[in-house]
Amino acid sequence: MPTAARWISPLALLALWQLASATGVLDPDTLESPATILSTARELIETGELPEALLVSLRRAMAGLALGTAAAIVLGTIAGLTRAGDALVDPPMQMLRTLPLFGLIPLFILWFGIGETPKIALVALGVVIPLYLNLVAALRGIDPDLREVAHTLRLTRREQARHLIAPGAMPGALVGFRQSLGVAWLALIVAEQINADAGLGYMINNARDFLRTDIVVVGLLAYAVLGLLTDAIVRVFERRALRWRGDAMGRGVTA
Amino acid sequence: MSAVAGRRVALREDLSPASREPVVRLRGVGRSFGDAVVLDGIDLDLRPGEFVAVLGRSGSGKTTLLRLLARLDRGLTGELATGSRPAVVFQDPRLLPWRNAVDNVALGLRGPDAWPRAARALAEVGLDGRETAWPRQLSGGQRQRVALARALVREPDLLLLDEPFSALDALTRISAQALVSTLWRRHRPAVLLVTHDVEEALLLADRTLLLDGCRIAYDERFDAPRPRRRDDPELVARRRNLLARLGVEDDHHPQENDR
Repeated sequence: MPTAARWISPLALLALWQLASATGVLDPDTLESPATILSTARELIETGELPEALLVSLRRAMAGLALGTAAAIVLGTIAGLTRAGDALVDPPMQMLRTLPLFGLIPLFILWFGIGETPKIALVALGVVIPLYLNLVAALRGIDPDLREVAHTLRLTRREQARHLIAPGAMPGALVGFRQSLGVAWLALIVAEQINADAGLGYMINNARDFLRTDIVVVGLLAYAVLGLLTDAIVRVFERRALRWRGDAMGRGVTA
Repeated sequence: MSAVAGRRVALREDLSPASREPVVRLRGVGRSFGDAVVLDGIDLDLRPGEFVAVLGRSGSGKTTLLRLLARLDRGLTGELATGSRPAVVFQDPRLLPWRNAVDNVALGLRGPDAWPRAARALAEVGLDGRETAWPRQLSGGQRQRVALARALVREPDLLLLDEPFSALDALTRISAQALVSTLWRRHRPAVLLVTHDVEEALLLADRTLLLDGCRIAYDERFDAPRPRRRDDPELVARRRNLLARLGVEDDHHPQENDR
C-alpha cells in the first residue's frame, strides 16, 4: 500500500492542473493542459521531429561525456597514483573546479564559434570535474594493506592494475561518473539554449518564440527521460561491477 | 630431545643435500624508526623446513622482524638473506573483497594450471565447494584459511605467519592451528610464526625465540613429537618457564596470558 499511496498526490496535482486548464484559470500561454501536452507529444513523435531532436541532443551529450570521461580517467589516474602527477595535475584541476562552468560560455563561443564544438566542450568540462575528484579520492583510498599483499604476492604492475587498482577504485569512480552524467545533461540543456539549429534546445527555443508551452514541456520531459534512462544504464552496470559487495548475503553466491 | 632433532634434520639433509643452506640468515640486523630502536644486533638462521615461533611483548619488534623477512621493510642495518619464495599470512586475511575465493588464491599465479592449482589449494584447507564465494560470504576462520591457501599455493620456502590466529574465536583457533601443523608437515616450508600465545608457540614450533630489549633474549628448542597435547607435562612446564621469562607469573588464565 505505501507505494500506491505515493501516487496519490502527483495524480491529484495532475488532475488539478487539467481542471485549471479546462476551466480557463490557467492560460495556455502560461502552461498548456496535460491533455494537450500529451497529444502534442504524440504529434511530435509521429512527425519525427522529437526523435530527431532527441538524437541530436543525445549525440552531443554522449560526445561530451566520452571526452570528459577519457580526460578525467587519464588525469585522475596520473594524480591519484603518482606523487609527481598529483603535484602537477591536481592544482590546475582544483582551480578549474572553482570556475563557474556556465560563466565560461561567452569564452567558449569566442573560442569555438557557435557550432557543435562549444556545446560538446561545455559538457566535457562539466563531466571532467566530478569524475576526476572522485576517481582521485578512490585511488588514494585503496587499502595500503592490500597493496602490501600485492607486493608479497609479487604481482606485476599490470596484475596490480587489473586486480587491485581498477576494482578498488571502481565504487568511488562510479559515484563520480553518476554525478558527471547529471552534470552532462545540465550542461547540455544550458548549452543548447544559447544557439542551436537542431536538438531539443532548438525545439524548445523555437516553441518559445511561438508561445507553444506544450512543446516546451514536451522538450523538458524528453530531457528528463534521457537523464533517467542513462542513469538507469549506469546503475545496471554498477550493480554488476559491484556485485561482490552484495545487497543481500545470499545473492552473490550464484555469480 | 636433541637426539630426535638430530635425526629429523639428518633425514631432511639426506633427501636434499642442497637444503643445508639456511633459508634465512640474519647477521647483526637492526631496525630503528627515528630515534626508537626496535631491533638491534639480531643473529638468526632458519633451516629449511624449520618451524620457529617468535614470542614477545607488544612492541618488542616481532612484527618488524617478520616484515623485514617478507621484504616489506627495507630500512634495516646489517646483513639479511631471506627466502627466495617467501609467503605471508597476516593477522587479518587481507583478501581482495572483489575477487572470489579461488581468484584470491590464484592471484599472481601464471600459466594455464593456475585455476586448478588454486582450487586444489582451497580444497587442502577444507574449502572445496566454496571456490566462487565472495570473501564477505565467508566466516573469519574461512577467510583466514583462504589466506593460508593463497600463501601455500606458491610452494614457499619460507612461510611468514603474523599472529594469524589472533583474530579468530577460541574454537576456530584450535582447528586453524591444527591445520597449519598438518600443512606444514606436508609442504615443509620453513616457518616463522609471530605470536603472543605461548601455548600456540609450543604446540606448533620446533624452536621458540623470545624477543626482548630489541634482541633475541632466549632461544629454545622443543622436539616433542606431533601432534602435541596442550596438557603434556613437558609443554606445561615449558609454558610456565616462558611465561616467567615474559614477566608473567599468574598461571590461572591460560588464554589471557601475555596480552
